Order: sequence, then structure tokens, then C-alpha cells
Amino acid sequence: MKTFSNPAIHFHNITLKIDNRTIINNVTGSFPEGKITTLVGPSGAGKSTILKLCNRLISQSSGELYIAGQAIEHYNPIDLRRKVGIVLQSAPMIKGTVFDNLNLPRVLQNSSLSTEEAVSILADVGLDDTFLQKDASSLSGGQKQRVSIARTLVNDAQILLLDEITSALDHNAVKEIENLILHINNKHGVTIIWITHNLQQATHVGHYMWVLMDGELIEAGNSNLLLHSKNKKVQLFMNGGV
Amino acid sequence: MNYSTLALTLLFVFIPIILSKTLNLGLEKDTIIATIRSIIQLLFVGYILTFVFEAQGLFYTFLMVALMIGAATLNARKKGQNITGITWKICLTLLTVEGITLTVLLGLKIIPATAQYIIPLSGMAIGSAMVLSILFLNRFSAELEAYEEQVELILSLGGTPKQAVHRQLLAAIRASMMPTIESQKTIGIVQLPGMMSGQIIAGADPIQAVLFQLLVLFILLSTAAISSVLLGFLSYPTLFNNQMQMIREKFHTVEK
Repeated sequence: MKTFSNPAIHFHNITLKIDNRTIINNVTGSFPEGKITTLVGPSGAGKSTILKLCNRLISQSSGELYIAGQAIEHYNPIDLRRKVGIVLQSAPMIKGTVFDNLNLPRVLQNSSLSTEEAVSILADVGLDDTFLQKDASSLSGGQKQRVSIARTLVNDAQILLLDEITSALDHNAVKEIENLILHINNKHGVTIIWITHNLQQATHVGHYMWVLMDGELIEAGNSNLLLHSKNKKVQLFMNGGV
Repeated sequence: MNYSTLALTLLFVFIPIILSKTLNLGLEKDTIIATIRSIIQLLFVGYILTFVFEAQGLFYTFLMVALMIGAATLNARKKGQNITGITWKICLTLLTVEGITLTVLLGLKIIPATAQYIIPLSGMAIGSAMVLSILFLNRFSAELEAYEEQVELILSLGGTPKQAVHRQLLAAIRASMMPTIESQKTIGIVQLPGMMSGQIIAGADPIQAVLFQLLVLFILLSTAAISSVLLGFLSYPTLFNNQMQMIREKFHTVEK
């Protein structure tokens, strides 16, 4: 397994413009290695775009983005996306069984996941082996989200990008997913960048936090920064003013 | 048949116009335009063909085929505006279809190398390839729009652009080929094909007419496969940039 010597991500003056509209505006900041950083901010702040920049589903218009100390352009996009995995908010499933979905990353590399590997990965996300042959489209929202996380883990991702993975789940399912992510972070030392709308969640699951607004990084620091920030914009966001 | 008897058949055109007016379908203008255009276009082609047949030169024959390919390309490309270089891609597809068709027909001496055979058979192959191309492009655009998230998912897991659109590409190829295959299953049972009926009306031996019709059917089957597969594999790379990223605007159908 290829390992990044330093899996942290660093943004340096990153700007993204689409059709003359500024989506990300001159962002500079880092995601520390082996830690959980949460991204918070109002809708349209550019949080999902930050994640897509990290695994090169989109590219910045200007500025430098470093993965493990190397400019992102240095990596082959395919290798990069296998090491910097993203779990999408909607947890899209391909047609077929849970096994077909777990096996997808391997199929893309012209190989196949063994049943034992699939069972082990499912166990990691709290699902038993009876799920393997279930039709993926019949799963509940929480189960799809677990399969989606497991599918990304098949690539042995060193960095995990999570896009509001608990927003559609009930309270118990949210707790289970939070524990799962903390477990993945503790057990495998995976660097995690986690977008959430839930400010309580952002405070208690993350080590660090970024607050984004209108495409700008307005505050970055420890996960409890929201409680102590003197930044007027952060206070306004906390009070639901934006 | 002469022009005065043809004039009587305009009764068949008055029926849909009257029905459209009575039921407020709003199709009267389109019906009249379609009728006038078909009369002008077909008579024009008729006179051109008379000239080409009498001239008996291969130059005019190939000029005629080139015109067909040009017109078909201009017609089909409207449906693929979101694909970069769609004009030459369709043109190349039609040229390939025509090239393979003529190579087999003339190379194996199935038909003589005269305008009388080359032009109608080329017209059927090119026309069918044009319709197939439109069907393919329509379906491919719809598949991409509907499954954009899955395309992004596969890219995000480290798949190549080809792997990312594989399912959508095959679904569009299959969907565009199915009408040709299905219509051939019931041919002769539900309806007699137009070309065969025309030959029989003109006094040809029915078996000869059937043999020619079968020849056309086999050409159309091959045309369906070649045009959708070739156009598909020429089209999908233009949906991504060299960073293996989706070019978003190409995944959304824009009505033009």
C-alpha cells in the first residue's frame, strides 16, 4: 500500500472562478495529518467545492494546493482519488448488490474483492455479512451511507473527505456514523475532512475546524473556536444570521 | 402515375388538416409545410437522379453521396451541440457507414457499380445512420444528465472517464439499436417494407423485391451497430478534460 509521507493538505491562495463567479476566494490553510477537521458554514459557502478540489474532481483557477507536501498536479488523478477518497452526501449506489458496490473500486482496477475482504470491510462499518447480497437500492439512508463509506475505504484511502454524510439520518444513526468515523480515525490514523451543518457535531467530533462563508475561509482553529470566536461574521453565523 | 393522379392523392393530406383544425391540434401549418417541402424536395431529387442516371458518370454519383452525407450531418449535429467537434464526428461516422456498405456491396460484386444502385442504397444507409445518430445522441444526453452523480462517483473512486460513462454509453448504444432490431422481427408480418412495396408496384418480381429488401435490412442492421458504437466512442472523451474531470455544462442538455 502506497503511503503518503505526510498526508496533510495545504491550500495556498486558492481561488476558483466559474463563469466569472468566484466560488472559492483566496483560501489559505491546512488540514493536519491524522486529525479530523470539520468544515462549517452556511449553504453556498463553498464547503463541497473545497472537498472536490482536494481530490481533483475540480481544479483551482489560481493558487497552489499541496497533498503530502507535493503539488496536486504532481499526482496522477486516478492515484490521487484512490488515496484521497470522498464520500458523497447522497451516497449514490450503482445498480446491483451491496457486494457489487463494495467491489466497484476493485473492478475499476480490473481486480476483485474477496468475500472475506468484503465481510471484514462491512464489519468495519457496523454491517453484518447478510447485507452482502442485498439489493443496494433497497437499503435505508443510514445503511447506504455506511456502504458508501465502506466502498471508499476499499481503496485504503489515506485521507477521507466526508460531505454531510449524516444530514439525512436519525439521531441514533448519526451517533453510530460518528463513532464509526472516530474509530476509522483512531484505528487507521486516516486524516478526515468532514462537512457538517450540525455545529454541535462539528465541535465534538473534530480536532480542528474551518469556518467558510461566501467562498472565504473566515476562521480556522481548534474545534471549539465557534464558542470563543471574536470574529463578527462567525458570531453572526452562530446566531443564525447567515 | 402522372401529376394529375398525384394531385388527387392530396386528399390524404386534407384529412389530417381537417382533423387537426376540428380537434385544435395546431398541426395544420406543419402538415402543409411538410407536404410542400416533401413535394419540392422529392421532385428536385427525382430530376437530379434522372440527370445523374443519364450522365452515367461515377463523379456525379459520388457527388450525390457527398451531398447526402453533408445534409445528414447538418441535420444530426443539432442534437449533439454539447459534444465538441460533433460535426466531424457525425460526418466520420456516416463516411464509415457508407465506406463499409459500398466496400461490401461493390467489392463482392453484389450490386453493379452504377448510380441506379449506389445512390438509393447509400441513401438508405446514410439516412438510417443519421436517424440512429440522433437517437443515440438524444439517449446519451439523457443518460448523462440522469446519472451524472454516478459518473462523478466512479471518477471519485479512481475510475477513468471511459469507466465513468461505460454504463451510460452502452445503454445509449443499446437503446438506439433496439428499434432497428425490433422492427426487423415483425417485418413482412405487420407491414410490407416501403422499398419492396415500391418495387412490386413498379412491376418487379416479388422474390427479386424480397431479395433486395433483405439486402437493405442487413445493411440497416450493420448501419445501426456501426453508427451508434462509433459515434459513442468518438463522443465520450470530449465530456472530460485532461485532468479526468467532468466538463459540467456538457452533462446538461441545452435546448438549442
